[in-house]
Amino acid sequence: MTASWIIAKRELRSYFDSLVAYILLLTFLGFTGFFVWLSGNGDVFFRKQADLKVFFSIANWTLFFFIPAITMKLVAEEKRSGTIELMMTKAVTNWQFVWGKFMAAFLLVAIALAFTLPYYYTISTLGNFDHGANIAGYLGLLLLSAAYIGIGIFASSLTNNQIVAFLLALIIGICFHFLFGVMASGSSGLVSEIFDTLSLSSHFDSISRGVIDSKDLIYFISVTAIGLILSEYIISKR
Amino acid sequence: MNIAINKLTKSYGTQKAVDDISFEVKTGEILGFLGPNGAGKTTTMKMITQYLVPDSGDISINGKSIATSSTKSNIGYLPEHNPLYLEMPVMDYLSFTAALQGVAKSRIPDQVKNMVMMCGLDIEKHKKISELSKGYRQRVGLAQAMIHDPEILILDEPTTGLDPNQIVEIRELIKTLGSSKTVILSTHILPEVEATCDRILIINRGKIVADGTADTLRKQSQGTQVLRVKIEDGEMEDIKTKIESLSTTLSVDILERDRFEVQSIADIQSNRIIFDLCKQHNWVLTEMVPFETKLEDIFRNLTTN
Repeated sequence: MTASWIIAKRELRSYFDSLVAYILLLTFLGFTGFFVWLSGNGDVFFRKQADLKVFFSIANWTLFFFIPAITMKLVAEEKRSGTIELMMTKAVTNWQFVWGKFMAAFLLVAIALAFTLPYYYTISTLGNFDHGANIAGYLGLLLLSAAYIGIGIFASSLTNNQIVAFLLALIIGICFHFLFGVMASGSSGLVSEIFDTLSLSSHFDSISRGVIDSKDLIYFISVTAIGLILSEYIISKR
Repeated sequence: MNIAINKLTKSYGTQKAVDDISFEVKTGEILGFLGPNGAGKTTTMKMITQYLVPDSGDISINGKSIATSSTKSNIGYLPEHNPLYLEMPVMDYLSFTAALQGVAKSRIPDQVKNMVMMCGLDIEKHKKISELSKGYRQRVGLAQAMIHDPEILILDEPTTGLDPNQIVEIRELIKTLGSSKTVILSTHILPEVEATCDRILIINRGKIVADGTADTLRKQSQGTQVLRVKIEDGEMEDIKTKIESLSTTLSVDILERDRFEVQSIADIQSNRIIFDLCKQHNWVLTEMVPFETKLEDIFRNLTTN
């Protein structure tokens, strides 16, 4: 068993021990469930289309707020309590530490998404359902979550205060989720193209339409990797 | 495992926390690290455990530099403030640290059990760490440091927060472990160093100011023999003059009635010659006590300017 997996298991357990996981799962399922099934205007019955578009759009926004809440403690709390010293003096590399933290947060999000699979099954029985596009939508949510977790762990490694980590992750997230898209539509030519390439939402929209483009995959993997590499770098500076 | 520290330096900003220190510790040796707050003890320990990277100098373990080979699994470390995952139960926490330190899965339950017994955690083993008293938390800290049976133990103030009985138990434990392992411990409690350590290293402002056994340090700081004697049945002034006239005497002070403090010249003992003097004058020598410099005094002398 590698050190990363041992760390991930402990971290995942601490989410469930501290109620964070239950609050997240309940709120996530409550939010998405309400908008998919009950909201009236815009829910699946109103749209009369057997797809998960509403779910993907709501999940995208919900995860944008939830992931910083999951990641804020990952490194900041270890720094505050001093347990980082304990971890870094065990037979664990900085990279294994960061990767373990990433896996824990990613697994928690994956569990949350797994609980929405009944939506997938139910809606697929309601009409003409495009499995490919909807599976791609789930893939998009996983990739988007990975990117936000990368950003969140980076923010958490910058400070020993969880609130600061949360706000930092949210601020960086706003740029990728929202601001770059706005700037892309507000400008033209090369500048617009650059901002559009940086915008996380445009890549997510592209995948959730069912088009799995290598450009989008590379984008999400790059944002995640840069977040984790920077975190590793910051942790190694002590 | 032998540890060799060679010209180690570490600065925080412009302040040198550790300034060009070198020393060696051998297998089976318990080294006591003494020094006032901010002297550089903890920084040195953090560099040995590879938590901090030195600005210059090298640390080698069994001849291999830690800069090029990872030796973390050979080291057990109890940090100064004993950080722990408070939300975890004791048993789970020890299993977690054992797994992280590479203890084989099949051996983990036995190893955890051993540590629980060795550190006296049996009654508290199912509690969450946050529910434990400071003393028990300290024991958990010690248990996690020793869980993988490391050959080197680095303990930063291991007896902080323990009651007197626990202190004695932990000292005995460290002594037992120290016979087969290399142990470096730091403390502010001077009698503890004397009771536990084979060798003492005093560090001040990042530099080593003394290195040796408690006895060597006493001799070094004392230089000359000081005796406190009580001589009866004679005139005080007469006794004083006669002792002063001895060839081995450097100075004599009258402390109180019939009591004198005699300082001998360097490297010479005056016990016999004083006894002979008393015999010769029919004085009764009722007390002769060599004056021992306390470790506290040595420490104060070396670390205050």
